[in-house]
Amino acid sequence: MLQTAFNANHLLFLLQGAMWTLVLSLIAFIGGGLAAFLVALARVSPSRTVRTATGLWVQLVQGSPLLVIMFLAYFGLPTLGIKVSALLAAGASLTVYVSAYLGEIWRAAIQAVPRPQWEAAECLALSKAQRMFKVVLPQAIRLATPPTVGFMVQIVKNTSLASVVGFVELARSGQIINNSIFEPFIVYLVIAAIYFAICYPLSVWSRRLEDRRAGPSRAAATSPSSHEPLLSQS
Amino acid sequence: MNPFSPNPDGASSAVVRLHDVHKSFGSLKVLQGVGFEVDRGQVTAIIGRSGSGKSTALRCIDRLERIDSGEIVVCGHRVDAPDIDLKALRLDVGIVFQSYNLFPHLTIEQNITLAPRSAKGLSKAEARAIALDVLAKVGLSDKATYYPEQLSGGQQQRVAIARSLAMQPKVMLFDEVTSALDPELTGEVLRVIEDLAAGGMTMVMVTHEMAFARKVADQIVFMHKGKVWERGGPEILSEPQTAELRQFVASDL
Repeated sequence: MLQTAFNANHLLFLLQGAMWTLVLSLIAFIGGGLAAFLVALARVSPSRTVRTATGLWVQLVQGSPLLVIMFLAYFGLPTLGIKVSALLAAGASLTVYVSAYLGEIWRAAIQAVPRPQWEAAECLALSKAQRMFKVVLPQAIRLATPPTVGFMVQIVKNTSLASVVGFVELARSGQIINNSIFEPFIVYLVIAAIYFAICYPLSVWSRRLEDRRAGPSRAAATSPSSHEPLLSQS
Repeated sequence: MNPFSPNPDGASSAVVRLHDVHKSFGSLKVLQGVGFEVDRGQVTAIIGRSGSGKSTALRCIDRLERIDSGEIVVCGHRVDAPDIDLKALRLDVGIVFQSYNLFPHLTIEQNITLAPRSAKGLSKAEARAIALDVLAKVGLSDKATYYPEQLSGGQQQRVAIARSLAMQPKVMLFDEVTSALDPELTGEVLRVIEDLAAGGMTMVMVTHEMAFARKVADQIVFMHKGKVWERGGPEILSEPQTAELRQFVASDL
């Protein structure tokens, strides 16, 4: 049997780190989600300037590593006289990161709603906002849900980068423990298991949503009963 | 028929009037001087080959396409004016498309009540009463709680007609509404349109159903190469004046 100094206190410390990982994920998802919503709307805006400007934003963010964005926020901003905590720097960086990726996922979902749907709504005298919020977005949300949940897995995993700015989340907690007991294999195995325990349910959920989308909408045309799960959703 | 003219500035009492309408898509000249009028309560059928510009002409009436030059007046609205009140136009004009375009995330009733509630600000109860009324008109009272994908194509198209009727438009436009349907489903949709015609609704329809056009239309507009090639009562189908219409009618058999 393997001799190890890893004990319950260490595990407790890791779980505490995992809690901060969840907090950071939540901040990233909520902050990033709000920003992504604006990005998605701006990307389908009738104004060319707005579309180009947000397109540039998306390209810029997607073209730079999250690690560098974190460095910029944590080490760069203080040189400009803006003091940020590790949590704020990590949360803001993740928000920026999520806004670009989730924004593009949602833009694609909005654009996947067939053009004639806009037209039909327009011909029924609905205003632009009504067309968007009552006709197009409800359909886009359905399309976007599986990839959005899938992307949440990416967010959770990417919070580990916050360890480089000294934020003690799950990965950083592991480093701290390892620095004292020098058992990287055990420590990082436990960490991997905890990340897995958080991400796996999200993956399964995403896949279920994906299946449900592919399944009933085809079958429902012929048999109304197979449509039940979709109906109960609304 | 109501003698009141909705177009006080014009000389004619037409509900829909197109005059010398030109429209190009890039270098393709789709409409080259189209003109016709539709009087109140009249049913006009626009016929012609694919690419003759008939659907484009119809879409211009509801300003889904902007015209390059010419004049379109619909229920007193100058459709070609840059400052047109689009909402006011759409409140007066209903349109039904070939592909139904029902909203898949809403029930049949919600599909119908959405516009009366959102665009006209009717109460839930008022909109619901209208929905049940128009659903009865198209014979689908029992489908109010269904979702569009649970209905057949013919039923969906009847719902689309009901959805337009719920806005109580002054003119109804139909853009090849039976083209996507099986022959057996076509009949049920045409019957609904026939009922509307009998009820005095002003209608303009682009159609391939020649027998139907002959039976229901008061005016036939035959379009060819972006122009109104021949225009008149249904009798022009029996006695075409131009070789093109003669050929077109013959090819339908």
